[in-house]
Amino acid sequence: MTAVQKRVLVNKIILALSTLSAVVAIAFLFWILGVLVMKGVGALNWNIFIYEGAPPGYAESGLKHALVGQAILVGLATVIGVPLGILAGTYLSEYGKNSKLAHLIRDISDIMMSAPSIVIGAFVYAVVVMPMGHFSAWAGSIALAIIMIPIILRTTDDMLQLVPGTLREAAFALGAPKYKVIMDVVYRGAKAGILTGVLLGIARVGGETAPLLFTSFNDNFFTTNLNDAMPSLTVTMFNYAISPYADWQQLGWAAAFILSMFILGLNIVGRLILYFGKGK
Amino acid sequence: MIDKIFSNLTRFSALLILVIVAWIFVELYNQSLEAIHAFGFDFITKDEWAPNLEKFGAYSAIFGSVASTFLAMLFAIPVAIGVAIFLSEIAHDKIKGFFGVSVELLAAIPSVIYGMWGLFYFVPIIRDLFGGMGIGLLSAGIVLSIMILPFMAAVTRDAMNTTPDILKESAYALGGTQWDVIKDVIIPYARAGIIGSIILALGRAIGETMAVTFVMGNVHKLPKSITDPATSIPVTLANEFAEADGSLYFSSLFELALILLVMSFVVISIAKFYFLRKERRGV
Repeated sequence: MTAVQKRVLVNKIILALSTLSAVVAIAFLFWILGVLVMKGVGALNWNIFIYEGAPPGYAESGLKHALVGQAILVGLATVIGVPLGILAGTYLSEYGKNSKLAHLIRDISDIMMSAPSIVIGAFVYAVVVMPMGHFSAWAGSIALAIIMIPIILRTTDDMLQLVPGTLREAAFALGAPKYKVIMDVVYRGAKAGILTGVLLGIARVGGETAPLLFTSFNDNFFTTNLNDAMPSLTVTMFNYAISPYADWQQLGWAAAFILSMFILGLNIVGRLILYFGKGK
Repeated sequence: MIDKIFSNLTRFSALLILVIVAWIFVELYNQSLEAIHAFGFDFITKDEWAPNLEKFGAYSAIFGSVASTFLAMLFAIPVAIGVAIFLSEIAHDKIKGFFGVSVELLAAIPSVIYGMWGLFYFVPIIRDLFGGMGIGLLSAGIVLSIMILPFMAAVTRDAMNTTPDILKESAYALGGTQWDVIKDVIIPYARAGIIGSIILALGRAIGETMAVTFVMGNVHKLPKSITDPATSIPVTLANEFAEADGSLYFSSLFELALILLVMSFVVISIAKFYFLRKERRGV
């Protein structure tokens, strides 16, 4: 075999291996998705949306409590996290720019984005749950908001920097004060990007389980009291899945399916907004 | 006036991030003081975890964290690099788009779902193949590797894509095969980015809770083999935090959380500041 033939052969082997690994990876991931869809759709029915949690064995058992609880937890986290994230991102892009402080904040926030979420749960337990004396929806939402802020901050910072400096200068030349320039020119220019960031941030915290385990805890009953332990889809899914009861496990799969569709939907909508926003 | 208020508001929000991060460290440290005083360094070198005797040693949890992450990396790195090569060098543009988007969407699936799948579908396979309970280090490592794979492949591909086309084209013009170009041009050029991406994925894997909680077993004993049940720091926290009683027990759990936070902070910082310094990207 000549040297050239050998190189061509090695090349073929490597390319085949690499393609194989892509196929294996995709196969595994589609296996998981397949299970999720088959099990999830199989477990879906109207009772899930009508009834609250019940002991195993009851036919009138559903996920209404967890669906509402999840919406409240994530909604409250969004209300807390999004304004703070956007304002902080605005500071970095419009005021801090390349200062040392701005870079320090960017770096720390980047690290927080990958930090273990269960540790955030432990922190919120120490500063919210222990002083209050009991688990609460507030604690869960605060934990989620802390996870959300770095994501929103990062996308806001990036998206505002994409707005051309000449636009700002034109507005300044008209005599507009800085906050008006930011509100009416910069935000408007970066609208699509910020919205995408918010949607991806919501999607990210929507799937979080670990920080809720000992902040909002969980409950099998419907509640809207923010000072009570609040059920969430993710923790309910966890509790039902590790239970030995088949009907609870079924509900767990239904919860997994609903949650995944919600999160994938947010991701897809977020990407579409960015895609069409750029197209214009 | 409004201008002042607005700029101060943004500055306050930005500084709040630093305050929260500092506060997390201080609070976790304060909460773990009792355990630090009670056990000192024995906490991380002893593996006896007996809440009823008020004896806490984190060695088995730390070992489990490191071992499961190591296993996950062992499985995930070759496949992720293969996928990245496939996505950046081999695949046709249309396939690239499809694979690229599905990999990114899969990275968004909540880890609790990977864990649930692992428990119901993967653990039985391990049980049939190796005997035992099926729950343990090996299952945790594999489920973790599957969970981290999309993220790792996506960032590795991004790193490879930074190689300028003109360098690749020059190598092709000299008669290089694709593999020659990959190993002699792309990998040397993007080495820092690839290593950084892998370490970043490692930083995520070490703190991952839900994917492994289902399949690890939460047994505070050093596993004798990789198919034995074990525990890791996040698994211990997830299982025991809400049920802990006694201030020393709590304090020990807080010290575990602090150790985990420091571990992942160090790993992520190495990835971000040493390897990924120049390129700031959206991960």
